[in-house]
Amino acid sequence: MTSSTSSSPAGSPPRLRFATVWLAGCSGCHMSFLDLDEWLFELAKHVDVVFSPVASDVKEFPEGVDVCLVEGAVANADNLELALQLRERSRLVVSFGDCAVTANVPGLRNLWAHVDGGSRQSVLDRGYLELADTGAQHPHAPGIVPELLERVLPLHEVIPVDLYLPGCPPPAERIRDAIEPLLRGETPAMEGTAMLKFG
Amino acid sequence: MSVHTLTVDGVEVAVPAGASLLDAVRAAGADLPTLCHLDGLTPVGACRLCLVELEGSGRLQPACATAAAEGMAVLTQTPQLQEWRRMAVELFFAEGNHVCAFCVANGNCELQDVAVAVGMDHSRFPYQYPNRRVDASHPQFAIDHHRCILCTRCVRVCDEIEGAHVWDVANRGAECSIIAGLDQPWGEVAACTSCGKCVDVCPTGAIFRKDDTTAEKEAHRERPQLLRAARDQHQWLNQ
Amino acid sequence: MAGPTPLQLRCCAASGCRSAGSEALQAALLAARDQLGGAAEAVTIKPVGCLRLCGRGPLVALDRSDGSELYAELTPDQAPALLAAATGLGDGQGDALAGRRIDPADPFFALQQAVVLEGCGLVNPESIDDALAHGSYAQLKRVLLECTPEQVRDQVKRSGLRGRGGAGYPTGLKWDTVALQPPGARTVVCNADEGDPGAFMDRSVLESDPHRLIEGMAIAAYAVGADQGYVYVRAEYPLAIERLRLALKQARAKGLLGAGIAGSSFNLRLEVRVGAGAYVCGEETALLASIQGQRGTPRPRPPFPAQVGLWGAPTLINNVETLASIPVILREGGDWYASIGTEGSKGTKVFALSGAVANTGLVEVPMGTSLRTVVQTIGGGVPGADGPNGGVKAVQTGGPSGGCIPAHLLDTPVDYESLRDLGSMMGSGGLVVMGETTSMPEVARHFMRFSVNESCGKCVPCRAGTVQLLQLLDRFVERQASIADLERLEALCRMVGATSLCGLGQAAPNPVLSTLHYFRQEYQAACRDPGQCEPLDACLLQEVTP
Repeated sequence: MTSSTSSSPAGSPPRLRFATVWLAGCSGCHMSFLDLDEWLFELAKHVDVVFSPVASDVKEFPEGVDVCLVEGAVANADNLELALQLRERSRLVVSFGDCAVTANVPGLRNLWAHVDGGSRQSVLDRGYLELADTGAQHPHAPGIVPELLERVLPLHEVIPVDLYLPGCPPPAERIRDAIEPLLRGETPAMEGTAMLKFG
Repeated sequence: MSVHTLTVDGVEVAVPAGASLLDAVRAAGADLPTLCHLDGLTPVGACRLCLVELEGSGRLQPACATAAAEGMAVLTQTPQLQEWRRMAVELFFAEGNHVCAFCVANGNCELQDVAVAVGMDHSRFPYQYPNRRVDASHPQFAIDHHRCILCTRCVRVCDEIEGAHVWDVANRGAECSIIAGLDQPWGEVAACTSCGKCVDVCPTGAIFRKDDTTAEKEAHRERPQLLRAARDQHQWLNQ
Repeated sequence: MAGPTPLQLRCCAASGCRSAGSEALQAALLAARDQLGGAAEAVTIKPVGCLRLCGRGPLVALDRSDGSELYAELTPDQAPALLAAATGLGDGQGDALAGRRIDPADPFFALQQAVVLEGCGLVNPESIDDALAHGSYAQLKRVLLECTPEQVRDQVKRSGLRGRGGAGYPTGLKWDTVALQPPGARTVVCNADEGDPGAFMDRSVLESDPHRLIEGMAIAAYAVGADQGYVYVRAEYPLAIERLRLALKQARAKGLLGAGIAGSSFNLRLEVRVGAGAYVCGEETALLASIQGQRGTPRPRPPFPAQVGLWGAPTLINNVETLASIPVILREGGDWYASIGTEGSKGTKVFALSGAVANTGLVEVPMGTSLRTVVQTIGGGVPGADGPNGGVKAVQTGGPSGGCIPAHLLDTPVDYESLRDLGSMMGSGGLVVMGETTSMPEVARHFMRFSVNESCGKCVPCRAGTVQLLQLLDRFVERQASIADLERLEALCRMVGATSLCGLGQAAPNPVLSTLHYFRQEYQAACRDPGQCEPLDACLLQEVTP
């Protein structure tokens, strides 16, 4: 699936400009999205994928996005910048998966907020110094490697979110059942274990 | 046996004297989310999820810990109650470190279930990331305090059913913590009979068997009720 | 003893004056008397309880045949001058006491009416003989001889007395409820776990006139059919505990407690139980759990302690001031007591007046006295300020469960209903005056922090909700809040107030709600200017996106 620029055939509803974003997460939500298999062809009939780590090579988040699925927590300066940008440029933002909804596993480093140096220093020391086999050093490449935020945040603590799609990852059917109504301009009913369960 | 007649959300029910409002709600075919309550254990009214409104007085009472009385008109699902219930569940999630994804109780967790029941799709309250411990000193079991919601079921089942009183609560407020013995490592508490009842009743993945890994915990929350009934009704052959 | 009224120096020996050096002063007076000899030897030097004007201690009252005088802020080196003043000698030393003499006609004293505190500052709290000489235990002996329990309860009902712990439940009704339970053991408990910041009424009674409380408890026990009782005192009141224990020992020795009291068939065993520093143990069900040796946490009511209390038995729980009112009510009659105060709130109320006010101390006034009288006339207003409200911005009543009443409502009469209607509460009697520079979000945060620290942790709205409320209030104090935070704050206040298990949690949002009600503009001003919103601010983004 690649981003399409074709206009919708006469008479059919306008094609939605659809984006997916990958912040601090494992990409499992995107994998689950790809598990929708042949339904993706169905989706492709209704949307233009204008930005996505798994379905496009566009580097700059485009203007005028209708629906944006955001996987992952906000953990570094890049995540923060992209989150703010996508909010400004998207009509409907979906917190996609537990990392976006709760900060989940990436947020675990917040448990080290109380120790000396805070969570950012602790996680860098652990990852790059204590566990290094050789050449222990902190990554330092200003402008290339994004700085970690001191606290990892769920998406809604950074920008307003329109729909929450929990799950780690959300099962493919849940993703489909959440997106389908959006294509029709309806709000999905996020109720019951099938649609809501964390984890 | 004397009987009380009351209404639950407009539905008339009759319950035996001594029944709780929760019994009456269930008799009416309705259900309420509960976390601290467990049939067979003394109710404590701590989680506030089963709060109901008594029509007329406007007072909220925990259904688990309130006796049903003649003529009561109980409301269980007012929009206000639903909103407060959801807030309570959000507060539970935000005050602990609940990461369903890799929890031993994923799929068999009452906190996870009540989140679904109250329609909680995210927490509006910032997560607190409290600094808590894991005690794996017991040979068979472990307690991960990050997942503890302080329902005190373990305290009560150990005291009331097993009679060992290994567990208690220490400290206060947000610092509250379940402790074993005199705040000792669980494995060093001689009073523990390793019966596993605390594992059975724990609503979350806080107390678990060491050989269970992610999503493998099987709780047996019906056991206190079975044991209490068996005792009360002398169901065992040697009695 | 024949002759004229003995000369007497009454030295305040309660905590307030002790912290200002009253022990050294009394020692200096005794030494000076020995040194001066002669006429000075006729001066009695007597330790007494609170002389009211705590902010100006140490205080000494001088009794002469022609009346009494009060001296404040005395130092040990002024002891000879004071004795000279007492004996009318040494006029040359009069200057040494300049500015120390307090006018007894000052409104601080003149507008007070001593009922509960009638012996406070007069009797030696460590001497049962002195207490007996002042009439202690006379009513206990009388009712044991002359009255049935019903007659005692009838007088209490006629008095209209309501619980002075804060909630204002009618005392006589509570006594009836306990007395009329099915036959069996009963217990009477005095709640002396006074924990509100700024409250020291109960401590003053315990330190100043402990026999009055014991007598009130004994009468209460007789009236409800109890034969055992406990006084639950917080550990932070060591002097009160010491004097209460001494008083109990003395009362037992005199046969006023124990078996067959005063020749009757009435038995009462009274004991002190010392709390371990938990505010929540002032909540009656938590207090009972604590006495039973359990963790001090509240339980849902009903059943109420009057039905199911200590060890399952019907239990009467009253506050110190309530029980200390009983001997006077029986002496003067319930109707007399009911003639004081207002329609719904009878009698007098003791307040601990503190904060930004000239006269800090213990104040007993008839119910219905206006806050303005208490704060501006009796209290003397904010030092150095003037204007119609005397520099007062607000008055906090009811501690962490109460609210802030703004200066424009100072004419409110002090009674249960009026204060409740203003979103505050009578509370136990702490009255903290706040000057015009006080920041109300900071006040709210101060009390919320108290509730966070004192939450027992049993129920989730109080345990976790107060923590979230405190963090929200931090945002207002640090001026980092948004309008959305204001909505969150109010919604969570309502939730915690409505769903918490006990009164502590239910009332914890009151300081926030009342300051939001009367000083909302301060919260709004603490929200960041939307024009200066940082990118992280969700409120701004909400406006940008549909």
